[in-house]
Amino acid sequence: MTNSWTDIKNTDLVVVMGGNAAEAHPCGFKWVTEAKAQRGAKLIVVDPRFTRTASVSDYYAPIRPGSDIVFLMALINWMIQNDKVQWEYVKNFTNAAFIVKDEFGWSDGLFSGYDPEKRDYDKSSWDYVIGDDGFAQVDMTLQNPRCVWNLLKEHVSRYTPELVAEVCGTPQDRFLKIAEMIGECSAVDKNMTSMYALGWTQHSKGAQNIRGMAMLQLILGNIGVRGGGMNALRGHSNIQGLTDIGLMSNLIPGYLNIPTEKEKDWTTYMSSRSFKPLRPGQTSYWQNYPKFMVSFMKAMWGDAARADNDWAFEYLPKLDVPTYDILRMFDLMNEGKITNYFCQGFNPLLSFPNRAKLTAALSKLKLLVVMDPLATETAHFWENHGEYNDVDTASIQTEVIELPTTSFAEDDGSLVNSGRWIQWHWAAATPPGQAQRDTWIMSQIFLRVKKLYQDEGGVFPDPILNLTWDYEDENEPSAEELAKELNGKALGDVYDPKDATKLLAAQGKQLLNFSQLRDDGSTMSACWIYGGCWNEDGNNMARRDNADPDDTGAFLNWSFAWPLNRRILYNRASADMQGKPWDPSRKLIEWNGEKWTGYDVPDIAPTAKPDEVGPFIMNPEGASRLFTRGMMRDGPFPTHMEPFESPIANVFNPEMRGNPVARVFAKDADQFATSDEFPFVATSYRLTEHFHYWTKHNRINAALQPEFFVEISEELAAEKGITRGSTVRVWSKRGSVTAKALVSKRLRPLQCGDKLVHVIGIPLHWGFMGAARKGFGPNSLTPFVGDANVETPEFKAFLVNIEPATGEAVS
Amino acid sequence: MNIDLSRRGFLKLAGAGVAATSLGAMGFGEAEAAEQAHVRAFKLASTTEVRNTCTYCSVACGILIYSKGDVAAGEKAEVVHIEGDADHPTNRGTLCPKGAALKDTVLSETRLTVPRIRRPGSDRFEETSWEEALDKIARALKDDRDANMVQTNDAGVPVNRWTSTGFLAASATTNETAWLTYKVVRSMGIVGFDNQARV
Repeated sequence: MTNSWTDIKNTDLVVVMGGNAAEAHPCGFKWVTEAKAQRGAKLIVVDPRFTRTASVSDYYAPIRPGSDIVFLMALINWMIQNDKVQWEYVKNFTNAAFIVKDEFGWSDGLFSGYDPEKRDYDKSSWDYVIGDDGFAQVDMTLQNPRCVWNLLKEHVSRYTPELVAEVCGTPQDRFLKIAEMIGECSAVDKNMTSMYALGWTQHSKGAQNIRGMAMLQLILGNIGVRGGGMNALRGHSNIQGLTDIGLMSNLIPGYLNIPTEKEKDWTTYMSSRSFKPLRPGQTSYWQNYPKFMVSFMKAMWGDAARADNDWAFEYLPKLDVPTYDILRMFDLMNEGKITNYFCQGFNPLLSFPNRAKLTAALSKLKLLVVMDPLATETAHFWENHGEYNDVDTASIQTEVIELPTTSFAEDDGSLVNSGRWIQWHWAAATPPGQAQRDTWIMSQIFLRVKKLYQDEGGVFPDPILNLTWDYEDENEPSAEELAKELNGKALGDVYDPKDATKLLAAQGKQLLNFSQLRDDGSTMSACWIYGGCWNEDGNNMARRDNADPDDTGAFLNWSFAWPLNRRILYNRASADMQGKPWDPSRKLIEWNGEKWTGYDVPDIAPTAKPDEVGPFIMNPEGASRLFTRGMMRDGPFPTHMEPFESPIANVFNPEMRGNPVARVFAKDADQFATSDEFPFVATSYRLTEHFHYWTKHNRINAALQPEFFVEISEELAAEKGITRGSTVRVWSKRGSVTAKALVSKRLRPLQCGDKLVHVIGIPLHWGFMGAARKGFGPNSLTPFVGDANVETPEFKAFLVNIEPATGEAVS
Repeated sequence: MNIDLSRRGFLKLAGAGVAATSLGAMGFGEAEAAEQAHVRAFKLASTTEVRNTCTYCSVACGILIYSKGDVAAGEKAEVVHIEGDADHPTNRGTLCPKGAALKDTVLSETRLTVPRIRRPGSDRFEETSWEEALDKIARALKDDRDANMVQTNDAGVPVNRWTSTGFLAASATTNETAWLTYKVVRSMGIVGFDNQARV
C-alpha cells in the first residue's frame, strides 16, 4: 500500500477492482464503511461476480476475467477526452512532458522491437531523448507530439466505451457512469483510492493491470494524498515482510538485486546502478545503492566482506536466468533436476497451478522437507485419498520429513501489514509437543551443514563458514538480536559527512536509520528500508501509542512504518508547486518557507525546495512514470492482452495468444486449451469464512463452509441441466474436479460483442487434510503460466467445461 | 489513552466495582463487605494477557491472547481465549469470522507435534527424533551441494549457484525468522528461493 488501512477513512471514492475486500479483508474494509458513513464516500466495484463487496457498493459493473486493461485504458481515454485531468500534477509530478525516441511505436497489439522467436522485446526504443547536457529532454507545454502525454493520448484513443462493451462485456452505460464518478476525483479536493488484490495480480499480465490503475491515479492527482493511493491489500500476515526481506530468487533485502552472471564483479554490478538523475536537481535516492549493498554484505559476512575482496561479491550466487521462481523450480523438478526441496509454512500442492504436474514433480524429488504448524497436503502428497489424491503410494520414492513448528501464538517478532506498519508481537503459549520455532530449526540445519564442511571440506565452503553467526545462543538466535540486525549498527565510528568532527553513531551502537549507512564497511544493516525499526531508542515496532492528532489516520507513534516511519508514500505530492496542500482540509505536509512540516514524515529531504525537487525521489526523473521506459518486459504502456486461455481472440491481433512475452515451458503450451473444447471461463476466489488452506483445520470455520462448491449462473445451469446443490464435474485440459453446484444470481453471462460468455467461480479452500470435508481447489484446473514480469500464476482467467455428475443434491 | 492499564487489570477493577456499587445502592451496606469477598473474579483475570497479531491476512488486526500460565515467566502456558485488541487503531477490537475462531487453529487436532519421516515407497509417516531428522537433512544438503554446485559458467566467470535444491519460505513467519532463513539459504548459494508473494 502507498497509504494505510486507517487512511481509507479520508477518501471520497473507493474503487475495488481486482479484489473483494469485504470478504477477504473484513476488518480493513470497515474503513471503507467509515468513509461512506462519515464523509459520504462512494464505493464502486468492478468484478466478474457480484461479490459481498459489490453488495454494499454504490455502483457495480461486471467485467470479463482478464480484460481489465481495456477497462482501465478506456477510463484514461475518457479522462483525457473530458478534461478530467489534474493538470498541474500531471505536468510537474509525472513524466508527461518527457520526449520519447522517434523509433518507439505500437501496432497490431505489439510495441516496437518485438521478436517472435525470442518471445521478447528489444526495448532500446522505449526510452527518452537524452540531450547534450545528459538530461532527458522535456516540453513543459506538452505540445511536442513525441512527449509522453501525446503518446499516451494516442495509445489510449483505441480504448472506447464501445470496445469496453465488446471486450469486457461491461454495458456501455455502466462504464460511462463509473467514468463520470471517477472523473470527479480529478478535482484537487476529491480523492479516490484503489483497493486491489489477487484479482489483478494473478494474470499473465498482472503487473500491467496494476500499472493501468496507477497511471489513472496519477492523472487524477491521487497519489501521495490522504484518502488516495494504490493499495495492494496483500494476502498473508507477513507476505509484505517476506518480500521486503527479499526471500525471492532474484532479491536481496530492501529491493536490491541478486547479480546476474553478466555482472562478473562488483564494479560491473554497480555500473548499471548509478541512478544518475535524469533531470537537474533531482534526488534519485537509489544513488545510495552502494551504501545499502555494502551494509548488507557486512550483515551477511562481517569481516570476510572487505573492500579489497569486492565485499565478498563472489559469495553471492549469480543468476543465468531472470529467476528460479516456483514455476521454473517445479518444471525443473518435473524434469528430475531437483534433489531436495523445502517448504517452510507453504503448501504448494494446493497453491501452484496444474496439480497433476505438481504431484508428478514432487514424486521425482529425493527429499522433501516440510516445516509447518499444520499437516499439509504437500507433506502428504504421496498418501492416497481416493479421488481427492489418487496417487500410487508405493511407486513414490520421495523421502518426506515433516517438522512441527510453532504458530504465531508461540513466537515473538514482527510482521508487516499491507500499509508497511512493522508490528511486534509476543509469544503467549508453550509450543505443542516437540514443535520448535523456525529460527531454531534453521539454526540447527545451518550449524550441522557448517560442521560437515569444517570436518570434511567440500565445494566452496567459504560463504557458509564465514556467515556472521555471533548470537548469544548459537542454537537459537533471539528475535531481538535478529531485529537489531535488520535495523543495522555502526561497525566503526560513523561521522557526519558534512562535519567530520560530529560523531553520529559510535562503534557498536544501533544506527538511527538508513541515512547513517556507509559504503566503506563501517556500517551493517540486513534490510536498509527497515532502518529505524530498532535504534538506540529501542524497539520502535513495539510502540503502542494510538494517539492520532487531528484524526488524520496517521498514528505515527503506533509501531513503525518503513521507510522512516512514513505513513503515506510520495506525500510531497499532496502539496502544489509552492508547497501548499492541494486540499487544505486534508493537509499532509506543507512547506513553511524553510522546511516541510505536517502530520507525516515528509517523503522528501526536509529542506528540499518545492519548486526545485520533484516528489518521486526514488526515480531519477524526480517524477512518476506514465511511460515506464524499458522497465517492464511487456511494454511501457499497458496494452490489451487476452488470457492464455480465452474464448475471444485479441481484438488488436487475433494471432496473439496471451501475453506475447510471458515465459511458457514447452510441455505446458501443449496443455493450453481453446474455447472449442472448453467453452467456459473460470476464475478463482476466496470466501470470508476461510483463509486459504489453513482454516479447514479449524472446526469452526470448517463448519461454517464445510464443502467445496463451484458457482454458476442460472442461465448456465439451465443450459446444462444443472440443479442447485447437485453434483457437477468441472474439467480443464489439465484436470478434473467434482463439486456441489451453487446456482446464483451473483454471476451473469456477459455479452461480449456477438459472443455470450459464461463465467464459473471456483473457491479455493479445500483439500484432503484437516477438519472440513475433502474437496478440490482451482489449481487442479489452472494453466502453468505466470505474469511476464513477476511469474505470478494465471489463476484468475482460464477455460473449463462443466456437466452434471452423479451425486446427491443437498437442496 | 492510558496504555498501562491492562485489560486484565481493568476487568478486576470493573468486577469489584460493579458488585460494590449495585449492592450499596440497594441499601445492603452491611452485606457489602461480606458479599464482595464472595464475588467471583472474571475468568480472564486469572489468565496471562499477551498482545499479538492475527496470523491470517495483512490487515494485521491486533489481538489479545489469554493463556493459563505465563510464557514470559518461563511457565507452561496454554491458550484459553483470543479476542480483538480494542486499543488497536486498525481493527479497534473487531475480528472477522476467521480471526474470531483463531483459538481453534492454534489448538487444531491437525497441529504437528513430533518430527516424522515417510520412507521411500512407504504408506505412512513414522515418528523420528529431531536429531535424526536434522542430521539427515544436513547430510542431504551437503551431498547435493557438493555434487551440483555450479562454481563457474562456460565463460569461466564465478557464479556459485546451487540450482538442484530449492527452498520455499513462509508467508506468516516473522521478519526475524525471514532474515535468519535468508542468511542460511543464501549463504549456501541456493537460487530456487521464493515465498508466497510469488502467488
